[in-house]
Amino acid sequence: MENWSLFSLCVLLGLTSRWAVSFHSYSGAGKPPMFGDYEAQRHWQEVTYNLPVHEWYFNTTNNDLNYWGLDYPPLTAYHSLVCAYVAKLLNPEWVELHASRGYESHSHKLFMRATVLFTDILIYIPAVLLYCFYFCDGSSKQKVATALCILLYPGLILIDYGHFQYNSVSLGLALWGILGLGLGWDLFGSLAFTLALNYKQMELYHSLPFFCYLLGKCIKQGLTRRGFFQLAKISLTVLVTFALCWMPFLSDPKQPLQVLHRLFPFGRGLFEDKVANTWCSLNVLIKIKTLLSRETQLFLSFALTLLFILPSSLKLLSKPNLWQFKLALVNSSLAFFLFSFQVHEKSILLAAFYCTHLGFCLFLRLMFFLFVFFHSMLPLLVKDGLLLPYVVTSLAFLFLSLYLLSALERSTEEELRLGLYRKLTQRWLPKLNLSRIIKWKFWFSLVAMAVLSFTSVWLEPPAKFPDLFPVLVSILSFLHFLGFIIYFNLVQLMEPQRKKSQKKTN
Amino acid sequence: TVMAAPVTNDQSWFFALALGVSFLKCLLINAYHSTDFEVHRNWLALTHSLPAAQWYYEATSEWTLDYPPLFAWFEYGLSHIARFFDKEMLVVQNLNYASPATILFQRLSVIVADVVFFYAVKECCKCLREDKGKYLLGKPSFILTVLLLWNFGLIIVDHIHFQYNGFLFGVLLLSIARHFQNRHFEGALLFSILLNLKHIYLYIAPAYGIYLLRCFCFTQSNIYASPESRINKLSIDLPQVLSRLFPFKRGLCHAYWAPNIWALYNIADKAFSILGVKFKLLDINKLPKASMTGGLVQEFQHSVLPSVSPLATLVCTVLSILPALFRIWHRPNGARGFLRCLVICALGSFMFGWHVHEKAILMAILPLSLLAVESREDARIFLILSITGHYSLFPLLFTTQELPIKILLLLLFTIFSLTSLKTLFRSGGALLNPLEATYLLGLIPLELICEFVYPLTVWQKTFPFLPLMLTSIYCALGVTYAFIRLYISLLTCSDSTKKIKTQ
Repeated sequence: MENWSLFSLCVLLGLTSRWAVSFHSYSGAGKPPMFGDYEAQRHWQEVTYNLPVHEWYFNTTNNDLNYWGLDYPPLTAYHSLVCAYVAKLLNPEWVELHASRGYESHSHKLFMRATVLFTDILIYIPAVLLYCFYFCDGSSKQKVATALCILLYPGLILIDYGHFQYNSVSLGLALWGILGLGLGWDLFGSLAFTLALNYKQMELYHSLPFFCYLLGKCIKQGLTRRGFFQLAKISLTVLVTFALCWMPFLSDPKQPLQVLHRLFPFGRGLFEDKVANTWCSLNVLIKIKTLLSRETQLFLSFALTLLFILPSSLKLLSKPNLWQFKLALVNSSLAFFLFSFQVHEKSILLAAFYCTHLGFCLFLRLMFFLFVFFHSMLPLLVKDGLLLPYVVTSLAFLFLSLYLLSALERSTEEELRLGLYRKLTQRWLPKLNLSRIIKWKFWFSLVAMAVLSFTSVWLEPPAKFPDLFPVLVSILSFLHFLGFIIYFNLVQLMEPQRKKSQKKTN
Repeated sequence: TVMAAPVTNDQSWFFALALGVSFLKCLLINAYHSTDFEVHRNWLALTHSLPAAQWYYEATSEWTLDYPPLFAWFEYGLSHIARFFDKEMLVVQNLNYASPATILFQRLSVIVADVVFFYAVKECCKCLREDKGKYLLGKPSFILTVLLLWNFGLIIVDHIHFQYNGFLFGVLLLSIARHFQNRHFEGALLFSILLNLKHIYLYIAPAYGIYLLRCFCFTQSNIYASPESRINKLSIDLPQVLSRLFPFKRGLCHAYWAPNIWALYNIADKAFSILGVKFKLLDINKLPKASMTGGLVQEFQHSVLPSVSPLATLVCTVLSILPALFRIWHRPNGARGFLRCLVICALGSFMFGWHVHEKAILMAILPLSLLAVESREDARIFLILSITGHYSLFPLLFTTQELPIKILLLLLFTIFSLTSLKTLFRSGGALLNPLEATYLLGLIPLELICEFVYPLTVWQKTFPFLPLMLTSIYCALGVTYAFIRLYISLLTCSDSTKKIKTQ
């Protein structure tokens, strides 16, 4: 069967599962007064449509920032504006100022879901297809298998089409950025990534790898001649894009400051809820939230984040090739997730996406996916009433990845990654069969996490520790994430050049 | 290439496909379900609460039991599991009861019952004459498995609209597979069981009858009759059951016209009456008031052409399948000839039957899949029949929410069947000639007009039935064409009995 037909079948399957998940409930459905992310998006359409630009990020009589105030960069606001125009055509009640608060109806839900599908088809899916086509190793069947697994990635499907968000836009744009860089179109790549950054500020997690890669490339081309021009062109592209996106806000110096204030709410504290990062886990032993002052917390998180990204970024700067770039993406997002300020559990989605799909050892990848999933997603999705699609999509994804991709991994990947550990452990434990250990660890983690999630959902915790199960899951996940970041950093720093990656060096 | 490598054992792909489609079905649990959902809930309730003698008399709900007794027993068995999900669904008075637990249980029961279908498909794959392919995606058994397991019509009708066709077609396909494997007693037994599960399979009973009589002499025909009578001895009042099973009070056509001959007949009648009134040949006052396009299932008259009675449709149906039966009698072509005759009987009854549901097209499409992976001509007919037949099921899901799903799934099935059959029969040029390809492509503008453009026009209020009529007439052309081609292929195929006697 021809390639185009196989790829189109993958896309159709991906779209079908997306739309089928959208039948289910969304965040905050039927839960006044605050509802959830769905209502937030609807509210932003209302605000951007009815109010002038300079009021969008400010607390005015018409715009109550406590009720889902805009806290994403301007591109999200423009996107909401466009959706609002369409909404107005279909049913003006959906975006009536004030009167449409908490509006819920079947047709409105269809409209909102359709907007997600539309942007997905426009931005994310073509990026995935091109990525698999150009940057996956192996035969065309392997590429199709990879494409299918990426398109059926539950994280994105459940958050975007269940909980309700527009992650596919920012993730898609970032993927276009990676594509651009991989194909040697630096300007296009920087443009795409800047747009992604202007859509969701969480893409800052990946900005350092992009920066280091491009800077490293320019340095390699010689900072005096071609490299300098390239650097200038890239900087110009980035600045112009920023200027265009922020243009309406540049008239008054107060505006950008207020927007930044909304984007980075340092006033909200080190963490909220149960996140599998360092601060939350540390808080179990020592109550840092109350012990240290706000400034010290900020400084500590900044310092540790920097500490963990610096080695990987410097390595990328010195060796700017695609393989290093991918590893740096994973390391950077993991570092930010573990040590940054005010991190949400959904942020792990970013690190998880790249880790699960960017071609490392399959069982490691899937293990990572497991921890992300069971820890972060489960409580969130159960709260939204999405248990059924969660179970079905996760099982389908796990099964499909194992079935389609496990044999593909046998020969190429494993030996290379694990060669590193072999070097380390050969001295002390020469008889270790590392790949088998990893496989066993994967199955063991799967069972353990399944049991823990089951207990956290269905069993009553003891009265003395009401949060026992979520905290246990959170701490376990944290320990694993810590292990992952150390591992990926080691892989990146001690990496011998892969034969195939030579082709991709630009 | 790679596809040879990950297959640790030869049949793991079957399991992967079955699991994959089951996952998809689970995702569709929350989709729209039709009144058939309430129908089955009502049957669960009444089989659970009442003694067997009263099942066919119960009339609290408008959805009286109109399937044969064995299906009633099946519902009775299910009701015992239903108790653990939600006891309230088993109360007959709880009309239109649809709690989340009820929906979950009923949907899961369909998904689990499909295991019968999976087993039957596996058995059918074993019956294929040759199963060699360069790689997995080109193997006839793989293609057949996808065409059956991922059949668009079955997924849409069973898992969205809500019915139990998968399980029933499993029994049918298993019976066919047994005949291919020369295990004729089991095949006959399975068919008798099937008839007692859903009487719509009477459509294809003639094929079974003639085939078994012809090939296995009269002494063995007793075996066919006796399981039937054994199952029927279930202390049930026969006339009452029959009156529930065959409600001839319903009209010639269903509320939505199945794409058969009568749809074309109706439209011709309407056209003649309009023309007649225009050219003053008919008096508009003498024409019957009730409109065919009103959408109700009453009995009514045609204006210009002679009215059609149930007897007339029966005669037409019998006449349409008689040549095929004669052919099988005189020159049986082994199990494949029987299968071809079966498809023709199903299609003939669909074309000329009384009050035919559009879902009945599946009875022709599914068995035809078996023939399609083995012969080029059958693949052509299958493509035309399946694409038009599946498209004609669109009006079953009329909600906006399901619109993307049905389009995506139809595209999925169509692209797969087109490309895989084209690859299978690569030698010998294109599979579809330009006329056929144009006809199939014409479905795209038809869909755009009916579901996107028409609802925005002013005629939506005055003639709401028009898109449905257009759909059924357009599809009727394709189905008729497939019927004729199928007949031609049956009547002109060479006698290869000797070669395929042993499987």
